[in-house]
Amino acid sequence: MAKDTMSKTFFVAFALCVVCSVLVSAAAVVLKPTQAANKLADKKKNILSAAGLYEDGAEIDALFEQIEARVVDLQSGQYADDIDPSTFDFVSAAKDNELGTAIDPGLDRAGIKRRSRYIPVYLVRKRGAVDKIVLPLYGKGLWSTLYGFLAIDRDDLSTIRSLVYYQHGETPGLGGEVDNPAWKAQWNGKQAFDAEGNIAIQVMRGAVDPSSPSAHSQVDGLSGATITARGVHDMLHYWLSEEGYGPYLKHLRSEGGIG
Amino acid sequence: MGKARDTLLRPIFDDNPIALQILGICSALAVTSKMETAVVMSLAVIFVITFSNGAVSLIRQHIPTNIRIIVQMTIIASLVIVVDQGLRAYAFNISKQLSVFVGLIITNCIVMGRAEAFAMKEGVRSSLIDGIGNGLGYSIILLVVAVLRELFGAGKLFGIEVFQLANVGGWYEPNGLMLLPPSAFFIIGGFIWVLRSFKTDQIEMDN
Repeated sequence: MAKDTMSKTFFVAFALCVVCSVLVSAAAVVLKPTQAANKLADKKKNILSAAGLYEDGAEIDALFEQIEARVVDLQSGQYADDIDPSTFDFVSAAKDNELGTAIDPGLDRAGIKRRSRYIPVYLVRKRGAVDKIVLPLYGKGLWSTLYGFLAIDRDDLSTIRSLVYYQHGETPGLGGEVDNPAWKAQWNGKQAFDAEGNIAIQVMRGAVDPSSPSAHSQVDGLSGATITARGVHDMLHYWLSEEGYGPYLKHLRSEGGIG
Repeated sequence: MGKARDTLLRPIFDDNPIALQILGICSALAVTSKMETAVVMSLAVIFVITFSNGAVSLIRQHIPTNIRIIVQMTIIASLVIVVDQGLRAYAFNISKQLSVFVGLIITNCIVMGRAEAFAMKEGVRSSLIDGIGNGLGYSIILLVVAVLRELFGAGKLFGIEVFQLANVGGWYEPNGLMLLPPSAFFIIGGFIWVLRSFKTDQIEMDN
């Protein structure tokens, strides 16, 4: 059979497609469990490192037992315990018509356009009592959306313990310095709110002046990455506002005790 | 034996796909800010180009002329997906950093260029060797660029500190430009300059 006849062309195209699709689907199916396990372990690792519990080589699942995940309804600030936090994906829920809402462009400081009504938070227990709360947040930087976790103390709901990003596409060495341990270490102990309860946390341009009265709410900027630093600042202001975790934090404050 | 050796080694310096043919530049800019990603990307490209060359050569007598490019694309795309899935399962952190660039191997002109220019005409064995050779030619540029970028941009190699940076109390003030994609252009340009100073037959004549 000559190779350029119509029937041969169809036959070759068909056979090739069958062979290739078997190859591709076999790879996808066989590797799926490993990939899903990687993704889950990676997420847990990030939550643990935001909570300050992660050490290299530690058993992730054992450490994770100190952490309780619960879903929060951002509108009411109450827990929505009928949603399973381990499977709820707040990023895709933001695009959903029922679960997501469009953000008023004037208030959208994080640049995310839509957000999910529900979001999982992580309560970190220490000797039984909730010690820290890990809140997911995300927002636009220069090139990419940065996804991270903010850990704050449970007792005053203002002292920041860490800010960790687990996914971003900022320039390595410039905006990518949000991953630099020295920069991340500065967040520990900073106050998110001032005495009146207004959002006070600031990412500066340049270095913090230690003599300034608001230095306890300020963090050094990232040199060469003004827009990424601005993005970090803005997303904190968005997520800590009434649009974000405001109602939840208010609910926790009114509860006083351990929620 | 001489011919096989030639097929393997020529693409490294004498007929380098990036330096002489200026193909496959985009991924060379994108994944070379760190050694780790550059090495994994190199291995991925060597794998894809070797087996796509082999597969195209194996069925070259049966590929209808009209749809030969699509046939080559399908083979390449399938191999790339397999590599991408494999990285996600076994090298999760690196695959996160490489993100879309593994997928973009599909559009890497070197892979398709070799399938069309070599594997369509030659036997399976020499096509496999040609694939390895061109993969290595691509890799050597990636590795040279990545060594220079990571060393001068971040003071590190494979994430291990070589120069102590000024912002942690050392002496080296890193060159931020090195971490940005355009620096790869300068380095590749420099590489071509050095290469052509030794191999003067690669210099193109002015018209």
